[in-house]
Amino acid sequence: MDRTQKKGFVISGICVGLLVLAYMFNPEKAFFLDLIINGLLVGLMYALVALGFVLIYKATSAINFAQGDLVMFAGYAAAFMMVDLGAPLLVMVVVVSVGMVLFGFLQERLILRPLVGQPIVSVIMVTIGLAFVLQGLVTILWGAKTRELSLPVSDDPIILGPVFISPINLVAGLIAIGFLIAFGLFFTRSRLGLAMRAVADDQQAAMVVGIKVPSVFALSWGIAGLAATAGGIIWGNQIGVDTFLNLIGLKVFPVVILGGLDSIGGTIIGGLILGVVESLAAGYFDPLVGGGTKDFVPYVLMILVLFIRPYGMFGHETIERV
Amino acid sequence: MIHREAGVFQTSYEGDMSLYTLPLAKLTNGVMLLILIVGLPLLLGPHKMSIANTIALSAIGAIGLNILVGYTGQISIGQGAFMMIGGYTAAILSSRYGWPFWLGIPAGGVTTMVAGTLFGIPSLRIKGLYLAIATLAMQLIVPWMINHIKWIGGDLGSIYVDTPECFGFVFDTEYKRYYLILVFFLLAYYGAQNLVRSRVGRAFVAVRERDFAAEIIGVNLFKYKLLSFAVSSFYAGVTGALYTYYLRIANYENFELPVSIDFLAMIIIGGLGSVFGSVLGAIFIRLLPVALDLTVPVIAEGVFGMSYQNSANFLANFQLLIFGVLIIGFLVIEPAGLARLWEHVKRYFRLWPFSY
Repeated sequence: MDRTQKKGFVISGICVGLLVLAYMFNPEKAFFLDLIINGLLVGLMYALVALGFVLIYKATSAINFAQGDLVMFAGYAAAFMMVDLGAPLLVMVVVVSVGMVLFGFLQERLILRPLVGQPIVSVIMVTIGLAFVLQGLVTILWGAKTRELSLPVSDDPIILGPVFISPINLVAGLIAIGFLIAFGLFFTRSRLGLAMRAVADDQQAAMVVGIKVPSVFALSWGIAGLAATAGGIIWGNQIGVDTFLNLIGLKVFPVVILGGLDSIGGTIIGGLILGVVESLAAGYFDPLVGGGTKDFVPYVLMILVLFIRPYGMFGHETIERV
Repeated sequence: MIHREAGVFQTSYEGDMSLYTLPLAKLTNGVMLLILIVGLPLLLGPHKMSIANTIALSAIGAIGLNILVGYTGQISIGQGAFMMIGGYTAAILSSRYGWPFWLGIPAGGVTTMVAGTLFGIPSLRIKGLYLAIATLAMQLIVPWMINHIKWIGGDLGSIYVDTPECFGFVFDTEYKRYYLILVFFLLAYYGAQNLVRSRVGRAFVAVRERDFAAEIIGVNLFKYKLLSFAVSSFYAGVTGALYTYYLRIANYENFELPVSIDFLAMIIIGGLGSVFGSVLGAIFIRLLPVALDLTVPVIAEGVFGMSYQNSANFLANFQLLIFGVLIIGFLVIEPAGLARLWEHVKRYFRLWPFSY
């Protein structure tokens, strides 16, 4: 554990401490607890979407502005298979996952690889172009109508003392945790995961020890496609599959800036913090300003973090200062 | 610009950096000017004139963005937010305080410049991707504020303004407004052309290439990064204010995230670090939907036998698709954009027909 990580844990500890304090001196304990628990669950789902983003940034140092659109694309494909074709859940998950992984390979080969060595703005722009292509493609392929992507989970809320949790949120949160743990193990235990970390650390050195950098790039886009599939199914279930599903992508930025652009653990913590902050802000400020706080507070938080700790809570302190 | 550049034998640095490298250039620029002032309004009908107006407006904004992104290398996805600030400033001043438009436009520019400079301060600490994300946040925060702070946006988030009027002369047709916009376009174009070949412009490029090295050779980074933000946001503010007067309404929906992306696409397709390229990019991006409007429904209905309803639906999505494909295509095939293509054409014809 290096210094940055230690600081990150100290900051998260402070956050938890503040929340506990706020809980102890809160007149409406049940309402507060409800906001926090549901915020945490939503936060996990944000983390899941952000994961694909961080993976690509870690391995290829490209910012993927199309992550939200990949989520939308996967969500559309899933909804199309389940609603229009009536495929069983398991078949759908397998087909969409494989499809998205292949699609990720394709993107890397066709779009990203020719841009190696170009300025950052070009790489950003190419992913924005990809976002447009995906937006146009989903409606041309599958039509613009909203589809309900229902998972076989009951609708009755689970009541834990004063807190109401909807089971689907819980399932989504569990899936997110599962994914995050699996990726965590993949990166620390498997050869491929280590290779990806090596490439992220120093491409040239990785080449010297015999890692095939282009295939690692392709792999990271493939895995990002997998994360997008999970995100698409879960978020599609939460808010319905239509062309607005890609707006989830905009929430990724506060998450990754909070957690650190290149840290998987940071993504989880960033997602959790964002979920809680959003939920608290919506609970306490929405009545005052008439709604919409959820679309505002994350970005203010992000700007503050950028000013104070631009590399986030767990990111590498590589921001140069002049 | 449109002449052949044969016979350029500069012997001094001043000559090389001059606005007109050949005596012929003055003539061709004059001809272009004449076409813009006399030719276009004579040739184009009112509808086409409105397209020309949008192109000229976009070109001003694109030039401004190119100064920041293309010349200074500071990525901004917040051009729309800056335009919003300029537009609402002008709208508030003229609708509530009765300012005439020729004060409202500079006021919009100056307010945006102040906002942009303030926003430029973090660019000293964060750069590249982080700066892009910070400007993205601005793009999302400003419309929220317009929407939720009653003093700025009123109840609906949009403000109506009167038709611009100058000493009894009312800009009430597309043709009259064209001349209004043209004045600002020419000021913006020649202003930028002169800026980028001055000491300031060279400092911008030095910052873009490597800011550490620029600092070491004596370029004051703090000053020039902020200056770049100031100039760029001034342009954006003027564009926003002009657009507001042009539409006679300040509406945040005209300056949302897709608009910022349009502008980014303009300068990338046109050519990063080229003033002329920004104009080409603006023309390209603004004409693209028009061209698709004309062709896609005909093909969809005629060749594939779609109904009108379906083809209209298809068009909207196909436009997105083509837009994305073009952006990707340009970046992959010709990263330096239309400006570079134009250079190639000119180079080919330089010694034509006696090239060897």
